[in-house]
Amino acid sequence: MTKTSPAAKADTFRLEMESRNATRAQLSEFWYYFSQNKGAVLGLMVFSLLVLVAIFAPFVAPHNPDVQYRDSFLVPPVWEEGGKAAFLLGTDAVGRDMLSRLIFGARFSLFIGVVVVSIALVGGIVLGLIAGYVRGAVDTFIMRVMDIILAFPSLLLALVLVAILGPGLVNAMIAIALVLQPHFVRLTRAAVMAERSRDYVVAAKVAGAGHFRLMFKTILPNCLAPLIVQATLSFSNAILDAAALGFLGMGAQPPTPEWGTMLAEAREFILRAWWVVTFPGLAILITVLAINLVGDGLRDALDPKLKRS
Amino acid sequence: MFRFLFGRLGLLIPTFFGVTLVAFSFIRLLPGDPLDLLAGERGISPERKAQLLEQMGFDQPLWRQYIDYIAGIFQGDLGTSFASKKPVLDEFMTLFPATAELALCAIILAVCLGIPAGIYAAVKRGSIADQAVMGTALIGYSMPIFWWGLLLIILFSGILQWTPVSGRISLLYFFPQPTGFMLIDSLLSGEKGAFLSAVRHLILPSIVLATIPLAVIARQTRSAMLEVLGEDYVRTARAKGLPPRSVIGLHALRNALIPVVTTIGLQVGVLLAGAILTETIFSWPGIGKWLVDSISRRDYFVVQGGLLLIAGIIMLVNLIVDVLYGLINPRIRYN
Repeated sequence: MTKTSPAAKADTFRLEMESRNATRAQLSEFWYYFSQNKGAVLGLMVFSLLVLVAIFAPFVAPHNPDVQYRDSFLVPPVWEEGGKAAFLLGTDAVGRDMLSRLIFGARFSLFIGVVVVSIALVGGIVLGLIAGYVRGAVDTFIMRVMDIILAFPSLLLALVLVAILGPGLVNAMIAIALVLQPHFVRLTRAAVMAERSRDYVVAAKVAGAGHFRLMFKTILPNCLAPLIVQATLSFSNAILDAAALGFLGMGAQPPTPEWGTMLAEAREFILRAWWVVTFPGLAILITVLAINLVGDGLRDALDPKLKRS
Repeated sequence: MFRFLFGRLGLLIPTFFGVTLVAFSFIRLLPGDPLDLLAGERGISPERKAQLLEQMGFDQPLWRQYIDYIAGIFQGDLGTSFASKKPVLDEFMTLFPATAELALCAIILAVCLGIPAGIYAAVKRGSIADQAVMGTALIGYSMPIFWWGLLLIILFSGILQWTPVSGRISLLYFFPQPTGFMLIDSLLSGEKGAFLSAVRHLILPSIVLATIPLAVIARQTRSAMLEVLGEDYVRTARAKGLPPRSVIGLHALRNALIPVVTTIGLQVGVLLAGAILTETIFSWPGIGKWLVDSISRRDYFVVQGGLLLIAGIIMLVNLIVDVLYGLINPRIRYN
């Protein structure tokens, strides 16, 4: 075993500090550009609030979302005539508190977003890296399969997959992840192909890095920017698609307080009780809007082309 | 140009067979035997089942079934609907005009509003008008359209009572439908008020279906326009003293529209996915509602056929867009 000299130790230390400083500088530069975009900051604030509400749902919600108050069917919101102070946003057709259901619904929507994006991202990155790095027949095969998935409207394919797997939240998430995945594969592959012949990759290869190291440690970190933006957009798409599946009766099943499912249950009351229809949709819209605002901000902050102008 | 066209067609062939494979596997991947599913809870005797299996070809090896399936496709045989006992292709053909009419109205609405809005926002970059247009576009882009449709129904059908809640035309009218497009047929019928009724039925669904494409087109037009407005030739045109109208309308717009055409083409998938939701909300008798109903009543041959036909339409439109793109932008052809 060789002993490292104090000088070499100091060197490693210095290098580490430098790379840490560089990361910090990159982060602060990113934050500078991101915070220039007021919409993005607003979106981030709303999104953070939603995450907090979702995490602390049992403490924030005034009622249990599943308890049916038999003396309070279709109570209007508190500011309407006939509203009750106990039910700020009113109750639904079986006397459940709307606000509490919406708060618990945030858990489902955010959970769906996180799970779907994680599956689609990991799958997409692995397939895209392989396709872009290996090329040849493997690449052709992977990309043709992705083309096939993209040839179907995403919601239709998700519906059909759920018909195969059976309706339910988990199956809906798997279906949506599968449908969103090709975008990640395409992006990763394009980025990998652009990076593959760069000098630093060649240098790493010459230095003896193996295929796995080249793919995941050398190339991947430099392809992350477009993937992060796509992940944000997919997050909002996942929430929308899951709500649509719930609305069509193929997603989360009643009495789950998922926003789309709540809308489906509320449909028959649209002309009698506007609040049971309005609030779940508003919750979906606000969540998706906040995420899309963040996504736009991320895209602008991470895109070097836009920074110069 | 022909090489380009054939190249694109060549790329489509493997995708087409992949799509047939997906549609083919769909029925065979369903949990349980397709026949048990079709027979429902009443069940079916083993002899009758064997007979049906043979009749439908399910007793053959998989590769044989697939070849028969492909052969059927090329003869226009996509199976028979279990519910209506009609060929799937016939059902599709009767319902497709309804969806096409709705989708066309929606895309026309989206293009006619989205492109001017995008141009306006780009020209007035940074102004309050720009922010308002882009803010609205982002809201449209984030809209759960099934909810948006319900809201419009509450407002325009419930409170204001301006538009009907569902269907394509009032039940008072009955006339032959040679084209399947209600707007045209109602005009041809000569019945008083029929056209107006058709329009009133079409307005809300069109708005709902147009929402997301409209937002996407407005955003895309703005960013394409901004990019082009920064180009040297635009500066030259301005420096020559051309009026802003012709700089924007002639020099900038023509080039800015190139990526927008692609975006419009890509909206076909969005429209067909949106049609599933829009038609369900407004009880619009098109292929979207047909497919959702078929999935819930487990009419799987319809779903299988519908999958293939819809994917076929999307691939065809994408091909047309690709070719158009090659026509307006010669650089693409040679790459």
